[in-house]
Amino acid sequence: MGSGALKIGQAGEFDYSGTQALKALREEGIETVLINPNVATVQTSEGVADKIYFYPVTPLFVEKVIAKERPEGILLSFGGQTALNCGVDLYRNGVLEKYGVTVLGTPVQAIMDTEDRELFVQKLDEINVKTIKSQPAGSLQEALDAAHALGYPLIVRAAYALGGLGSGFVDNDEQLTELCEKAFAFSNQVLVEKSLKGWKEIEYEVVRDRFDNCLTVCNMENFDPLGIHTGESIVVAPSQTLSNKDFHYLRELSIKIVRHIGIVGECNVQYAYDPDSMDYRVIEVNARLSRSSALASKATGYPLAFVAAKLGLGYGLFDLKNSVTKNTPAFFEPALDYIVCKIPRWDLSKFNGVSHKIGSSMKSVGEVMSIGRTFEEAIQKGLRMIGQGAHGFICNKELKVADIDEALKEPTDNRIFVISKAMLAGYTVDRIHELTKIDKWFLYKLENIVNTYHELNEFDRIEDVPAELLLKAKCQGFSDHQLQRSLMTPDNSSTDHIREWRKSLGIVPYVKQIDTLAAEFPAQTNYLYLTYNATKHDIDYEKDGKSTIVLGSGAYRIGSSVEFDWCSVSCLNTLRAEGYRGVLINYNPETVSTDYDMCDRLYFDELTLERVLDICELETPHGVVVSVGGQIPNNLALKLDSRGINILGTTAQNIDKAEDRHKFSSIVDQIGVSQPAWKELTTLNDVHKFISTVGYPVLVRPSYVLSGAAMNVCPDESKLKQFLSQAAEVSKDHPVVVSKFMRRCKEIDFDAVADHGKILAYAISEHIEYAGVHSGDATLAFPAQKLYTRTVQLIRKDAQKIAKALDICGPFNIQFLSRNNEIKVIECNLRASRSFPFISKVLRTNLIELATKVMLGQHPAQLPGSAFDLDYVGIKASQFSFARLEEADPVLSVDMSSTGEVACISDSFDEAMLLSLMSVGNTIPRKSVLLSMGDALQKADLLTACKKLAGTGYKLYATGGSYKYLVENHIPAVRVLWPSEENDPMLKGVYKTAREIVHQREVGLVVNIPKDFSDAELSNGYMVRRAAVDCNIPLFTNARLATNFIRAFCTVRPADIEVKSWDEFNHNI
Amino acid sequence: MKKAVLKLSNGVCLSGYSFGYPHSCDGEVVFSTAMVGYPESLTDPSYSGQILCVTYPIIGNYGVPDEAVDEMGISVNFESEKIWVRGLVISEYSEDYSHWDAVKSLGAWLDEQKIPGIYGVDTRYLTQLLRENGSMTGIIEVEDEPRSFPVPDPNDENQIAIVSCKEPIVYGDGDKTVVLVDCGVKHNILRCFVQRGIRLVRVPWDYDFTEMEYDGLFISNGPGNPEHCVATVEHLRKAMQQDKPIFGICMGNQLLARAGGATTYKLKYGHRSHNQPARMVGSDRCFITSQNHGFAVDNSSLGADWETWFTNMNDGSNEGIRHKSKPFCSVQFHPEASSGPTDTEFLFDEFISKL
Repeated sequence: MGSGALKIGQAGEFDYSGTQALKALREEGIETVLINPNVATVQTSEGVADKIYFYPVTPLFVEKVIAKERPEGILLSFGGQTALNCGVDLYRNGVLEKYGVTVLGTPVQAIMDTEDRELFVQKLDEINVKTIKSQPAGSLQEALDAAHALGYPLIVRAAYALGGLGSGFVDNDEQLTELCEKAFAFSNQVLVEKSLKGWKEIEYEVVRDRFDNCLTVCNMENFDPLGIHTGESIVVAPSQTLSNKDFHYLRELSIKIVRHIGIVGECNVQYAYDPDSMDYRVIEVNARLSRSSALASKATGYPLAFVAAKLGLGYGLFDLKNSVTKNTPAFFEPALDYIVCKIPRWDLSKFNGVSHKIGSSMKSVGEVMSIGRTFEEAIQKGLRMIGQGAHGFICNKELKVADIDEALKEPTDNRIFVISKAMLAGYTVDRIHELTKIDKWFLYKLENIVNTYHELNEFDRIEDVPAELLLKAKCQGFSDHQLQRSLMTPDNSSTDHIREWRKSLGIVPYVKQIDTLAAEFPAQTNYLYLTYNATKHDIDYEKDGKSTIVLGSGAYRIGSSVEFDWCSVSCLNTLRAEGYRGVLINYNPETVSTDYDMCDRLYFDELTLERVLDICELETPHGVVVSVGGQIPNNLALKLDSRGINILGTTAQNIDKAEDRHKFSSIVDQIGVSQPAWKELTTLNDVHKFISTVGYPVLVRPSYVLSGAAMNVCPDESKLKQFLSQAAEVSKDHPVVVSKFMRRCKEIDFDAVADHGKILAYAISEHIEYAGVHSGDATLAFPAQKLYTRTVQLIRKDAQKIAKALDICGPFNIQFLSRNNEIKVIECNLRASRSFPFISKVLRTNLIELATKVMLGQHPAQLPGSAFDLDYVGIKASQFSFARLEEADPVLSVDMSSTGEVACISDSFDEAMLLSLMSVGNTIPRKSVLLSMGDALQKADLLTACKKLAGTGYKLYATGGSYKYLVENHIPAVRVLWPSEENDPMLKGVYKTAREIVHQREVGLVVNIPKDFSDAELSNGYMVRRAAVDCNIPLFTNARLATNFIRAFCTVRPADIEVKSWDEFNHNI
Repeated sequence: MKKAVLKLSNGVCLSGYSFGYPHSCDGEVVFSTAMVGYPESLTDPSYSGQILCVTYPIIGNYGVPDEAVDEMGISVNFESEKIWVRGLVISEYSEDYSHWDAVKSLGAWLDEQKIPGIYGVDTRYLTQLLRENGSMTGIIEVEDEPRSFPVPDPNDENQIAIVSCKEPIVYGDGDKTVVLVDCGVKHNILRCFVQRGIRLVRVPWDYDFTEMEYDGLFISNGPGNPEHCVATVEHLRKAMQQDKPIFGICMGNQLLARAGGATTYKLKYGHRSHNQPARMVGSDRCFITSQNHGFAVDNSSLGADWETWFTNMNDGSNEGIRHKSKPFCSVQFHPEASSGPTDTEFLFDEFISKL
């Protein structure tokens, strides 16, 4: 079982663990069946599992697959909490027994012992291991009683929830009450416990075989003390502030715990550890592969998931080989001779109204892992890797902090930069420690960076800086750009000049291997990083011109996720099959592409111009692929090209023509392709002038954007003014582009591969929602089901024109708007788009493989037109993580907010729609629905669906306008009050309120369509939408998607669905 | 920052900066891949004569705890009374430390004990050199104090005679008495016995214990080449005529083997780490062990009465021997850990149960 769509708390790490498990099984000649609706993953690709089912990972569908495939065994621990919970359900309801399916690896009882807090505490009490004693509470009153018995401050957790969902710290009754209301929406039990804020947080990754051999692969220490979820913390491996006594005390406890629980495979033990003694508490034990185990695998080179799968089959650790050295056994504990640093990536600024505070519940959407031989080097690399504009710990754009003390005390997603600011402002390590409780060791190291900055700042020109100081700065992870900024007069030397200067002094980075044994044994490992804390390379280069470098995708973030990992892996596979040396640069520990056996050489390092050039100088590559890793590599194309690096595929100049809105639009105009009226503008006056000709609403955005950052639809002048001040601040260098926003248009994605402008293969998918919902959030149908033949013809024609004009060589994506057989192009990216895995899998033709061949200069044949005649349909749906983003408004807009996606395939459109929407967590309402249907047009859009609901026997609740509309159309409905009406003396008490029926779970579905984007409308609807999310009730904010969902569940009953594996969908090739 | 250079006998020089005691020194250069435990390693008598290169690149993080001894004179935090390593080679040094039980920095401690250190060295490269060429002698040379080869090879000297106690010492009291032959015993071995209620009589390496009253005999760890310990081996042979339980660790394993007629040899670059896998021969039981030795028992030289007890899973070398009929056994690894994993501490209980 896979883990489904990526969401906050459960991301790409489970593609890594599942893929490794499947590899391990395949090596044994075991036939494998995978259930995972996440179409963008590597594990759901050809050749990984024998049978793939794109279905929701829920007991209903897993049972159907079991009944059909009759597997002998099942692995529960490779698909995150989703698979684990589903597995426990299947065990409890007797399905596994009924079909004679053996659970491989850790027994279900052991899983339940670790998942149920009470059982867990009991279990560890048996061996006198200290846990955080918590009082379970089944109601608010019980929680309050427990709180009064324990005394504040307390932490409250929801039982059986992933990533700390519904958890938090509380200081008083009021906060406790608020938190419990939310927590009880996800779980019927909460746990109230004493807070250990300020203690160290330490984790051990433990492996055990059925012969009771047990070892710890890695330990990790959180930079942030207890109180911040480990997924929200900066984490280092190995631990840095533990002495031998501490280290082995906790290690011994971990082994004792794991043996007692009876894990077979992999397990993670988390501790709270007193900074002033050897007192500890076990926080939790995860009896499955986790985010931490993925990190530990990448940090050490020990393939935990692979080994865990083999142990599940009954092997002993002594039977297995260390896959890095190849000749020593897997029974050993890696010795590291470097430090790794994991830093979370947040995207909180993408959401309206969300709190930036971080705490015991997870909000980050991705992470990076940096490797260095000093902490300073690792953290500075890592802060660049998170890709939010930082150049390292220092030399960043000035951060505005109202109150530094407060900002240090109350951690936010910016805390590390607040520390930087505080140090520059003269705060001592002691003072910062007092406020943050971060161990002083980390702070001393950070202070070293600041001190070096001050030393550099004494000098005017780079030539004046002593070589020793320059080397020290590089050893502390300063980039050339930071060096430039550290000088007293930063403007007089370009980064290129600094690079040349330091190279002339012999200050260059060296390549080191990650070999699991700290060089004790020779290792043929291809797992590499660069460091300045060295004087010798570990490897010799062939310099044979066969290396081909693929630039990976970096941290998962909203807008760039596992789909680009799939593209990178597909590209590497093709390069290697074609006889090239596949070299990957990437730093995301949650990926499959960074696995030890996916490429010929892996540089787990930065995707900055500086580092990519360093690697190019070593590899002297045949070329660099910039088109499969999303926007980060794409943005490097022109810079690399201008420094003489061969860019494979479409030329850097042409990539730039597509990226630069101005250049692109002129080309589009020239070749006679239509586009919405737009203008690139620099002053407010010009903006008004332009709008007076096209009229509101307008779409406003700066150029060079990804996933709609800083892009917005402005319905009126006030919104425009408000937004422009923000957008201008986002990007001073790039002017603002204003375009006419077209309402009620269809949006179409055109994904294709071209060879010197000739399109070899293409896929046309249609958005279910009207344009205005970001394409990354939209629901896609492929092949398009409801386009006029004429529209399709026009799209093909225009796309071919664009491909030719830009001489495209490789993958690309164009987005079109269509209305009444008129099409307009709105965006074009000369790289793989996020829908490439989806269409490739539905088509059963790997378009990245095709594109890679083109980029290598081959001329593969055009795919026959019949290849696109499919007699089934794939629906791709988006996964949202609003439940974790407290206070965020769960409404869809031009700015992307989804964190993942799924796709399901079916012969029936309704069935595919239902399956994919269920795969992203929607459930079918049992008896009633709450409707707020937006403006008149949207109400009309929903009318058929409402009739269907009423006809199927659902009770409809509706707010004022919608109620009136339904009744006028002879559909029975019950009126409920908007939040703004709640205190109206005429209405109060007469009608129930919308929020009330949501909180009381009287409805199983909330359809809430905002009329427009005005403040009043947004805030009124916001409260209802937020209530739905907080109560875990399916919410739809788009009329067309809601209509499709309603039609699907009124037409198809999940129980009647017959499951079909991927290979059962045949097409005409 | 005073410059320093690590010179190896094969001619390679690695430059860095001096820390700790700002003077030059020489010794046999060895590496350890242990990631924690520098206070324990530095005071481990088995490192006598050696310049230690630590492969973990960031050292000094948690400072150094105090030098307290308990009421029996056993060090609370260290493995002996002083630092035995002759010099320390690391990549990065943390002068600023952070730990509740630390009282000084690593550099201050080294300086106090007159032990030179060098940081800023590519320790991974150094490790690869030692791995490929074998352990060799080396010099840490500070800029104003030149020193050149040849330097004496500490393996030619009897290091055990240097580190062993000079007079018998008695620890604890209990019903059972164990004679501990001190070839350079780590204090955690003393702690392991005393905590288990044993009366321990620690005797010098060449002390004739054969006429003493005891319930069990223990041969400790120790530095260098076992061939120097002719006296110990002779005493052991005499003791083996009786049936009283004998247990040995590390050097003790090599001496017991030699007493039993087997031979020992020098490993190319030794085992010094916390992650050595050892398998109990003929079983599915495997252990992660802490090790520090440059010599090993030749499995093929074991006599007919002896068998291999544990084997190193990395390179197949001997990790322990036992007598087929008498209660004599020993291990090459360190069940007392400190520093390192504690998985095999149960071997003390097994030995004591036989007394």
